Amino acid sequence: MRSFLPAYELRAPASFQTALELLAREPGIWKPLAGGTDVMVLFEAGKLPHRKFLSIWKLPELRGMEVSPAHFTLGALTTYTEIQAHPVLQKEFPLLCRAAAETGGIATQNRGTLAGNIANASPAADSPPALLIYDAELELVSAGGSRWVPYNGFHTGYKQMLLRPDELIRRIRLPLRKDAWRQYYRKVGTRKAQAISKVCFAGAALVAGDEIRDVRIALGSVAPIVLRCTQTEAALKNQRLSAATPEAAREALAREIAPIDDMRSSAAYRLRVAQNLLAEFIAQIGNGGRSHR
Amino acid sequence: MPEAAGKMELAFVVNGEKRRVQAYPMARLLDVIREELKLTGTKEGCGEGECGACTVLLDGAIVNSCLVPALQADGCEIRTIEGIARGDQLHAVQEAFIACGGAQCGICTPGMVMAAVNLLEHNPHPAEADIRTGLAGNLCRCTGYVKIFDAVVKACQARGVKA
Repeated sequence: MRSFLPAYELRAPASFQTALELLAREPGIWKPLAGGTDVMVLFEAGKLPHRKFLSIWKLPELRGMEVSPAHFTLGALTTYTEIQAHPVLQKEFPLLCRAAAETGGIATQNRGTLAGNIANASPAADSPPALLIYDAELELVSAGGSRWVPYNGFHTGYKQMLLRPDELIRRIRLPLRKDAWRQYYRKVGTRKAQAISKVCFAGAALVAGDEIRDVRIALGSVAPIVLRCTQTEAALKNQRLSAATPEAAREALAREIAPIDDMRSSAAYRLRVAQNLLAEFIAQIGNGGRSHR
Repeated sequence: MPEAAGKMELAFVVNGEKRRVQAYPMARLLDVIREELKLTGTKEGCGEGECGACTVLLDGAIVNSCLVPALQADGCEIRTIEGIARGDQLHAVQEAFIACGGAQCGICTPGMVMAAVNLLEHNPHPAEADIRTGLAGNLCRCTGYVKIFDAVVKACQARGVKA
C-alpha cells in the first residue's frame, strides 16, 4: 500500500556540518536519502521503516572524483553515469564501469550513487563485487570525526553494516594498481537490462607465464552479503593455468557461498551458474584477454 | 497517522517557464508534475523505476520522476514531454514515432520519446547498440520495440545523421 505522504519528513540541510549535527542529535531517526533510487521504491510500496529523511543529494562535500599517486577517490554521491564517463576508471577499474553500466537504465544511472549502493546493503547490488576486487576502503564521517574502514568486512550480515546511525559514507578509495591484472565481470539476470542479478561475478588475476600469482574473486546474490571468496582464491593461487577449472576451486566456491531460493532464482541454479562463471573467468584469464561483459 | 511536515513552496523552471507549487517535500516529482503542474503527458507505469514511462529531464539529465522526491527538484529545470515540440512543430523524434507507428497503447510513448531525445542530444550519431542502450530503461508492455527502434533510426536520418 502507498505511504501516507504527510507522515514523512524530508529535510535538505544547508550544509554538510548541519547534516552531521542532525544525525548526531537524533541518531537512527534520520535516514540519509541520496538519489532516491532505492528509498523511493520502498516509499511508494509503503515499506519504509523511517519517517524522517535527510536529503544529502546537493551536498558538495560528498561529490567529486580525485586521482592521487596511490589512490582513486570517489565522492559518496558519484553517480553511475559519472563512473562510466571517467577515463581513469575506464582504464584502471573497468569492472566498476561495467557494473555501473549494468545497474538499471540511464535514468537510474543518473541518480543512483555508489555510496547509496553500498549503504542500501543489498546482497544483489552490482557494484560491490567490483569494489571488493579492487580492495576499496570507505571513509565514514560523523560530527565526532572520520575513520577509514576496508570495504571487505563492512557488511556484517544481511542489511547489517559497520556504518553507525550518526555516520555518513563520505568517500570511497581504490588503490591504484600498477600491475596488469586480468579482469572479468559478468552479471546474470533475467534480462540483459533493467534486471536485478541472479548471480554476479567479479574476478581479477595477476598472471605470470602460465601461473596465477594472485587472484581476487567476489560474488553477489549468493549469500546474505556480497562476498569476497578467499577460499576459492586460495585454491587458485600459485596454480598453473589449464583449460579445466581446478576441482579444488569449484569445491571451495561451493563451500563458501550460501545461495538461497527466492523470487528471482533458486539455490541450485545460483550454485551452478556461480561455478560456470568461475570456469569462464579462468578460461578467459588463460586467454590473456581482459573481459568484462 | 500524524502529519510530520506540512507542504512547502517549491520553485522550478518547467519547459522554460517559472512555476511555483505547494507540495510535500517527499511528494514524488511525478505527482507534482501531473497533479500540481497539470502536465499529464508524463505517465505513471510501474512506480518503481523499472519502466521509464515517467521519464523527464531534470537539469538536463533523464530521471524516473516517480523516484525523485519533489524537494530534490527545488530550483531545478524540468523538461517534460510537453516541452519537446516547438509550438506546433513536432520534434524529429516525435515525427518519426508517428511515421513508423512507434506507439500502440501510448503509455510508454512519452518516456520513450524523452529517452530518444536525450540519446540524440548526447550522441547525434548513435550506433544500433547505442540506441538499444539508450532505450533500455523504457519498457513497452505492448512489446512494440521494433517500430520504436525504427523510429529512433529514422529520427537520426531525418536529422541528417546515419544510425
